[in-house]
Amino acid sequence: MDKKMQLVKCVVNGEPVAEYVDVRDSLLDMLRNTLGLTSVKKGCEVGECGACTVIIDGETIDSCIYLAVWADGKSIRTLEGLMGPSGELTRIQEAFIEEGAIQCGFCTPGFVMSATVLLERGEKLSREAIKKHMAGNLCRCTGYHNIANAVEKVMNEN
Amino acid sequence: MYDIDNYYNATTLNEALSLMKEHPDAKVIAGGSDVLIKIREGKMAGCELIGIRDIKELSKISMNVNGDILIGAMTTFSHVSNHELVKKHISVLGKAVDQVGGPQVRNVGTIGGNVCNGAVSADSAPTLFSLNAKLRLISLEGERIVPITEFYLGPGRVDLRAGELLAHIIVPQESYHGYAGHYIKYSMRKAMDIATLGCSIVCKVNADLKQLEDVRITFGVAAPTPLRCYQTEAKLKGKPLNDDIYQIIEASVREEINPRDSWRASKAFRLQVGGEIAKRALEEAIRLWGGECDG
Repeated sequence: MDKKMQLVKCVVNGEPVAEYVDVRDSLLDMLRNTLGLTSVKKGCEVGECGACTVIIDGETIDSCIYLAVWADGKSIRTLEGLMGPSGELTRIQEAFIEEGAIQCGFCTPGFVMSATVLLERGEKLSREAIKKHMAGNLCRCTGYHNIANAVEKVMNEN
Repeated sequence: MYDIDNYYNATTLNEALSLMKEHPDAKVIAGGSDVLIKIREGKMAGCELIGIRDIKELSKISMNVNGDILIGAMTTFSHVSNHELVKKHISVLGKAVDQVGGPQVRNVGTIGGNVCNGAVSADSAPTLFSLNAKLRLISLEGERIVPITEFYLGPGRVDLRAGELLAHIIVPQESYHGYAGHYIKYSMRKAMDIATLGCSIVCKVNADLKQLEDVRITFGVAAPTPLRCYQTEAKLKGKPLNDDIYQIIEASVREEINPRDSWRASKAFRLQVGGEIAKRALEEAIRLWGGECDG
């Protein structure tokens, strides 16, 4: 089969990107393999685990079930883009550490991206509502309790 | 990497219809949360895709001068739930599609894709049936309007002809104005799960006469296609608001629905749950309407 390529112009973590991508690639493939953004984890590849969660134009999506060509014209944020100028963590990342919301760490970038969108909305939500908004990410280590604690903690600080 | 042969992106309705004519074997893809999963499972290997998610004219929600609400087929579930017109007039639909999958899926999955996929478990379907929604289907030859109750032909099969696209879902003014509704999704998990059974009830109360003036009841996963319970509706219309209506609905829907045994749940279990969620959905719909039942 001929390899079909299409030009994708988008903004990734604030930087303009123009890449020819294989039309068969998922956004996950493009972010990891072409752009080297390996915080975006390849987990289930069917949109169930949320390990590949990125933020596109302010909304979280599973990059494994999103074609790379769809990224054209979009603004995409990954965990790498959260880092401060001297490598600082964001408040939610610190809170994950403080609350013990991390064990193996594989799901963490996805969870942090879901939490980031939620916290940037500036709303104060009930614990049940927080859990609903974080329900698209699976964690097999922590039992979720500490992850919800971390999000709730930062929400209450704002 | 997906096993697809080529991808064509349409940004206007006409472009999409032309691409469909040029590539009659290509599969139309909306948000991708069903189609890409099927491709990942090895189905549809080597297919061509026509993307319609970037058609802006199909991702808006608006109200006609006659009060009908038009939902663009490419509106994502989260945009349906958060839209002011939906929240104000058909909140039952917004709350129903807020129970699809998880947040990430609701940000890509579209209401039109949900309907055209033909799954009996689609969370939008029971409520669209109960709202008497109509579908605006467009092809190069013209357009036709089909009631959603006639659109589902069988499991995964819908009345979408070659060269036709679902453009809008129309919720008629007379079907929602003065009504309130409630959808109950019965599933093993609160998120990232498919309905074992679903029931959506839309009703209207006559406050003066304390009667249930009108009621529309639809089940998902209770038959090969979403199922309107017309017989039960007829038994309930005009009934005084007291506990009898709950006994009627519980017993009657168990007669009317025809669920199957599957690994997800047995027929007997679904019948049991069906009566219960119909009763609870009616109770909540009446409460949301602002009505009360005498004990």
